[in-house]
Amino acid sequence: MSKISKMPTSRGPATVFLSCLLCVSALLGQVSAEAKEGKLVITGSSTMAPLVSEMGKRFESLHPGTRIDVQTGGSSRGIADAVNGLADIGMASRALKPQEKDLYGWVIAHDGITIILHKDNPIQTLTDDQIKDIYTGIITNWKTVGGLDAPITVVNKAEGRSTLELFLHYFTLSNRDIHAHVVIGDNEQGIKTVAGNPHAIGYVSIGTAQYDATHGIPIRLLPLQHIPATIETVRKGIFPLSRPLTLVTKFPPTGLLETFIDFAQSNQVNDLILKQYFVPIHE
Amino acid sequence: MISSSSNISSRSTSEGLLSWTVRLLALMAGGLLLLVVLFLFREAWPALQHIGVARFFSDPGWYPTEDAYRLTPMIWGTVWATAGSILLASPLGILSALFCHFYAPPLLGRWYRRMVELLAGIPSVVFGFWGLVVLVPLIGRWHPPGPSLLAGILILTLMIIPTIMLVAHASMAQVPVAYIHSATALGFSRWSMIWHVILPTTKVGLFTGILLGLARALGETMAVLMVCGNVVRTPSHLFDPIRTLTANIALEMAYALGQHRAALFVSGLLLLGLAMLCVGMAEGLRYRNAYVATK
Repeated sequence: MSKISKMPTSRGPATVFLSCLLCVSALLGQVSAEAKEGKLVITGSSTMAPLVSEMGKRFESLHPGTRIDVQTGGSSRGIADAVNGLADIGMASRALKPQEKDLYGWVIAHDGITIILHKDNPIQTLTDDQIKDIYTGIITNWKTVGGLDAPITVVNKAEGRSTLELFLHYFTLSNRDIHAHVVIGDNEQGIKTVAGNPHAIGYVSIGTAQYDATHGIPIRLLPLQHIPATIETVRKGIFPLSRPLTLVTKFPPTGLLETFIDFAQSNQVNDLILKQYFVPIHE
Repeated sequence: MISSSSNISSRSTSEGLLSWTVRLLALMAGGLLLLVVLFLFREAWPALQHIGVARFFSDPGWYPTEDAYRLTPMIWGTVWATAGSILLASPLGILSALFCHFYAPPLLGRWYRRMVELLAGIPSVVFGFWGLVVLVPLIGRWHPPGPSLLAGILILTLMIIPTIMLVAHASMAQVPVAYIHSATALGFSRWSMIWHVILPTTKVGLFTGILLGLARALGETMAVLMVCGNVVRTPSHLFDPIRTLTANIALEMAYALGQHRAALFVSGLLLLGLAMLCVGMAEGLRYRNAYVATK
């Protein structure tokens, strides 16, 4: 950061020449990449797809003639597509697993998972053990944890979603242990379900939840281990239930692929990341 | 005369062309269905081979990422949701067709029919969305949690009433006027004319409508996925959440790999089987009724 901000003040003939050279080489690089391949196919995580699609649009406008094709299908699919060569880049909303170490992962942002309740639910905080007991059906009434006398509606995610995987991993649960009343697909469906039921508990991406909560949807984001579920705590890396959003490639990226990944990791896309309530890797 | 004979001769060549085109198209339609079935079998084959048919009914539950593939609760979910909606929608659809055709003043009847036609054109996802934000919270206030077999039945009923009603209406419009005149001349009351003349003559049409409604209810995915709760458990009462076979495919297909994916194709095969069973039953019923009628 500091280096970049200094540049304009100490601009001598040498730096001007250098930056010109940089521009020309960037242009040349772009042209050669275009000549090689003008289209990138990116598949995977439904959490990441809207963000990467926005990045793609900006990238296309900066590099005329290129096309970034973003498709959703889940993190597992993203990784599988990257391995099989069905996609140039896979999107995985989690860190790479040890058995995926032969792949290349590029973190572009962070996301946190948060427990959400209806706004009318008087509960302000739950301990990890209480959440675990609610999800395993040991606690079935809000009275037990100091709330109203009403049965708890447990909202869980469908099999195969990385949000579910991360949730189960954090609470050391297996999907068999969970006594759900509602199983949902994507984040929005989960938020609508909780917003429509004052006695429901669910978990979704912090980004989506915070966006909806500030746009009038009646939900509340619960803190975990007394750490509030916000963009700031995830950025600082202190929120317990968070995950990196990763672009995955099979080979070390070259050409257009490299240009795009550099772009996605640069602070040129911070506003896009913030707009979707994810947390940029750069401050 | 001359011109008509030349017409006939020219028709014979064009008719030959037409008949072959039609045959080809029919073959393509049939072949397409066959291809779909073959594709389903091919994709489901790894699961059928490695998991085995029995385990889809005997496994402890549906945990495809933990190698358990019980499909029975979803079969029951599909069956109950479809049966419930048919039970509700058939009388409602047929009665509203009767109202529209025999009781309503002509202007009201016409507008009523137009509204039902509009209802038939509403995309299922809109029904699902309405169910999710209006119907499910209502049921939830009455008997929590809300997403339930009942919500699914009600939404499906709304969706298939237009189908049943419009087909019933169309077949009622085809009842020969002479029948109605004779019934009136014999001094039948309006209801006994409907009961003794209209319903028996339109029986086949009514069955066709119900069958079409059944097919739509069985195959409906999005709306059901949004309001039914999707928990894999055999429902014991109306307020239990259910997952249908279609919702199972839609929820998990995008994320499924390997055996899990193949198991979802098995749900697809089962769905096809259920649809065939329904069509077979309806055909049998129709055949018997036609037979009785001609006798």
